[in-house]
Amino acid sequence: MSSNDPIRPVAGATPPPEGTGDTEPIKAIRLRHPWRNVFAVALIIVFVLFIIDAAGRPAYDWPAVAQYVFDRRITQAALNTLQLTVYSMVLAIALGVVLAVMRLTPNPVVKSLAWFYLWIFRGTPVYVQLVFWGLISIIYQSIDIGIPFLEPWYSFETNAALNTFTLAIIGLALNEAAYMAEIVRAGLLSVDKGQDEAATALGMSWFQTMSRVVLPQSMRVIIPPTGNEVISMLKTTSLVTAVPYSFDLYTRSRDISAETFNPIPMLIVASIWYLFFTSILMVGQHFLEKRFARGVGDRQPDRKVSTQTGAITGTLPVIGGNQPTVVRPAPGGTPPTPPQPRDSGPVDLGPGDAK
Amino acid sequence: MTDVNTGAGASVTIPPMVLADQVSKSFGSNEVLKGISLEVKRGEVMCLVGPSGSGKSTFLRCINHLEVLSAGRLSVDGELIGYREISGKLYEMAPKEAARQRRDIGMVFQRFNLFPHMTALQNVMEAPMRVKGLPKAQVEQSALGLLARVGLAERADYYPAHLSGGQQQRVAIARALAMEPKLMLFDEPTSALDPELVGEVLDVMKGLAKSGMTMIVVTHEMGFAREVADSLVFMDGGVVVEAGDPDEILTNPQHRRTQAFLSKVL
Repeated sequence: MSSNDPIRPVAGATPPPEGTGDTEPIKAIRLRHPWRNVFAVALIIVFVLFIIDAAGRPAYDWPAVAQYVFDRRITQAALNTLQLTVYSMVLAIALGVVLAVMRLTPNPVVKSLAWFYLWIFRGTPVYVQLVFWGLISIIYQSIDIGIPFLEPWYSFETNAALNTFTLAIIGLALNEAAYMAEIVRAGLLSVDKGQDEAATALGMSWFQTMSRVVLPQSMRVIIPPTGNEVISMLKTTSLVTAVPYSFDLYTRSRDISAETFNPIPMLIVASIWYLFFTSILMVGQHFLEKRFARGVGDRQPDRKVSTQTGAITGTLPVIGGNQPTVVRPAPGGTPPTPPQPRDSGPVDLGPGDAK
Repeated sequence: MTDVNTGAGASVTIPPMVLADQVSKSFGSNEVLKGISLEVKRGEVMCLVGPSGSGKSTFLRCINHLEVLSAGRLSVDGELIGYREISGKLYEMAPKEAARQRRDIGMVFQRFNLFPHMTALQNVMEAPMRVKGLPKAQVEQSALGLLARVGLAERADYYPAHLSGGQQQRVAIARALAMEPKLMLFDEPTSALDPELVGEVLDVMKGLAKSGMTMIVVTHEMGFAREVADSLVFMDGGVVVEAGDPDEILTNPQHRRTQAFLSKVL
């Protein structure tokens, strides 16, 4: 619509301005928020005071922290913790997918079995489950493979076959699978039924439909809570002492402090490693999410920003200086934003600050 | 059935592309289709029209077994859909066999149902590669050809979210054509589109009809039906009310329900 358009303005819509179409930018004094600043300064002062105090407090024993953070025993324990996390999460995700599909099948027996699994493993504390796994060789002295009630083909001693590391992984994985099943199920249900139908109509099999169409799309829903679960798992590994497996980060640092009679720096050492791993996992999650957001929800790649209003990008409607002001509702319900004068200084034009 | 004299004296029976005999479908106690019988010949373009809830879409979905019939017989190209008949008894088909039947029947949906995580080109290439197992280079070449045919050659690398509704529906048509179907089903292909985008999709469908494709189109576009269709079927309440030449039905409907419906949409 050009500004010389003879069409009369419709009631309710902003009439196109006469003449050149130049609109007067709003020049208003910004609303001040003095209490925000006061509060922020107070918080910074408290935080800085805490840091200064902690740096000099003898009980933290920073020299001991520095001495032990790269201690061979600690770094080996950190590696063990990472292995426990990765192995049990991989197992849990695989089993979780199977359980989620089981819960979505029309077969009532399969469905109930998956439900029963969830009921047991979500309904009891993971610590209790880990103790149970530690006692497995008392409950089942030997593992037999073969046809029931007949002479087994293979038989081995439970104690010899499963060490505490393996038992810790099994215990953590089986517990986690129950939670992963629910996450995967939510993800599968989030994919539009039309996708399934389109794939079926093309002659794709159930497995192809799942692996090529439904699962990749459900990843967008599955990844964020799974990232949460991985981080949660990293910390839950500190419970494997219940098995008892004693070479993980937490148990190892407790063992060292039992010799040095200086527990606080060892707790800090363990925390530093946990924080280091969670930070890496968060970065990894960010890139995974980006990978699976392909083609969904992102902006046009070639979207250009008007030079007159360089400060406005993204979802806000770009209103050029030479065009008539057409007030359009912005996507996502953001109220329309008036053009920002260039000489108004470096004002951040976030959606919340525009009012 | 059409009898063709082969010159050698023997006559070979060519089955119609689609033969529906008393096709019925119920969802619980709700009877959506109450005995639909019709025949679609090779190369024929049939338009199914009627008010919402008349069972047009359900009937279309029965043809490629997305819905399972409650009663009646439905065959495509002489082959019973969804069942195997051995000495008078019906045996349900394994999913694999049903999938094989669907390969030859292309379907275009009202809401496009493109795979959003794949580009336009990948959408078109997916089924020939995964289902038919054809080599990538060959599939890519024919997929680009199909995209050019629907006027979207330069949009091959766009994700569906970056295409307009009309463009998405044209990609969906190309995706269905990639399997080289002998029959194309269109389920209200223009109903989810802005009015100004309807034309581009109908143009592609017209071109397809001209090329001799057998098509069944559920639509509210009476202009398209008049111009392109060889036959028109008016459905209401799960039954065929009137069927025949589109021009005749649209200008001179015999049944009162057809008259009432057409007076509203024309």
